[in-house]
Amino acid sequence: MLEAIQSALSFLPDGLVTLLIILLKIFALLLPLLGAVAYLTLAERKVIGYIQVRIGPNRVGPRGLLQPIADAVKLMFKETILPTNANLFLFILGPILTIGPAMAAWAVVPFDDGMVIADIDAALLYILAMTSLGVYGVIIAGWASNSKYAFLGALRSAAQIVSYEIAMGFALVGVLLAAGSLNLGEIVTAQQGSVIQWFMWPLLPLFLIYFIAGLAETNRAPFDVAEGESEIVAGFHVEYSAMAFSVFFLAEYANIILISLLTAAMFMGGWLSPFEGILPESMLTGGGLGLLLGSGIHWLLLKTAFFMFLFLWIRATYPRYRYDQIMRLGWKVFIPITIVWLMVVAAMVVGNVGPWFD
Amino acid sequence: MNTISNYIKSLFLIELMKGLILTGRYLFKRKITVQYPEEKTPMSPRFRGLHAQRRYANGEERCIACKLCEAVCPALAITIDMEEREDGSRRTTRYDIDLTKCIFCGFCEESCPVDAIVETRHFEYYGDVREDLYMTKEKLLAHGDKFEKQIAADRAADAKYR
Repeated sequence: MLEAIQSALSFLPDGLVTLLIILLKIFALLLPLLGAVAYLTLAERKVIGYIQVRIGPNRVGPRGLLQPIADAVKLMFKETILPTNANLFLFILGPILTIGPAMAAWAVVPFDDGMVIADIDAALLYILAMTSLGVYGVIIAGWASNSKYAFLGALRSAAQIVSYEIAMGFALVGVLLAAGSLNLGEIVTAQQGSVIQWFMWPLLPLFLIYFIAGLAETNRAPFDVAEGESEIVAGFHVEYSAMAFSVFFLAEYANIILISLLTAAMFMGGWLSPFEGILPESMLTGGGLGLLLGSGIHWLLLKTAFFMFLFLWIRATYPRYRYDQIMRLGWKVFIPITIVWLMVVAAMVVGNVGPWFD
Repeated sequence: MNTISNYIKSLFLIELMKGLILTGRYLFKRKITVQYPEEKTPMSPRFRGLHAQRRYANGEERCIACKLCEAVCPALAITIDMEEREDGSRRTTRYDIDLTKCIFCGFCEESCPVDAIVETRHFEYYGDVREDLYMTKEKLLAHGDKFEKQIAADRAADAKYR
């Protein structure tokens, strides 16, 4: 399809064609992503409602399916209130700095073999950098608001993200040790073979820690002290309203999807079919059933959906951690465990321990 | 030994899994939401909603302006003026209930010797301005006329407990 577009645009200069193609790819990624974000908010309300023996939103459209659109329209038409004592430049910059990295990180995410905008070698490093950059948006938003609650929320969020960044980074080091590459596509293909080959088995503690640190990174329950409705109202975004407020939410949910997708890609074999190595090769290739059972983007989306559901499930289950407990968990539990397991993984790689590293 | 088992429990997230399983089970439970405008919860005959003034079957208003309700009202929401009518009976010239003050305790209904002031089951009403929630004698009598059937049925159902 890309070649067809390329040849149709051949009357334009080469550089412009490349630019257009890249822009097209970005749109093809971001539009479904924003749609997914919108419907994740509905899914969250529905799932949490169901767990609390309620129905959840069901008034707007059939079964409440138009609720996110109604929410978006409402938020767009509301007034963005700018507090008098806020630093306006930073106040506006805050949400932009939050959403920018949250969207930019998607550039290196592979959806299928070769289905990626930027196939760079240091993809893992890039993702780590981008997800950590998001905290600047939170800090700036909290500080620029010139409000005590917002400032407290920003401080909490900063300390929390810095703490969990380390455990998360170590978990990723385990992945790159096991895969021998920083490129996400190669990490996925390194898990080829069968379900046993998926990195979630040799890296089980790192897998759990990565996911839990992901919860903390995205400021989700039970690590949502940065928002802390009951104690600091809404944390860093108390002073925000309308679109500026919803941009924070867009970024949060985009990050949730990103973390879910990365967990699926790095530990659960990404787009690889779980039937690999179980069913005969002939059933996994070709058309019809082979298309469904064989490896493909649908498996990645399915696995991502599972982790997204886990995010919501966890939010509906656990009460919020106390702040010192969060710090204890991050520094005194996760970091030691990851360091120990890194050594185990390194030993396994060097010793060619099967079935993963032989 | 205990410490070790505790360590293992927390390391493998046993307790957390138990919590997840519990909430997971609730995900599939039957939902108890009442879809309000279409569905309604069952209501007691003693429900204390909008006030009404009742009449006797011959159309004569029941209230004899004894002012017991005015005296008992803890929110001081009731105001009554009275006079002697031409036929010598004691009647109200003014009977106002300020619903913005009323706390719907039902004392007025309980204190009434002739079952004149009652609280109906009707609770879905609103006011655009404060005056809409200031119930005058005419409005209360109109409510009474409108809901008399239900009011009488509710009093009959509750009679043996009174």
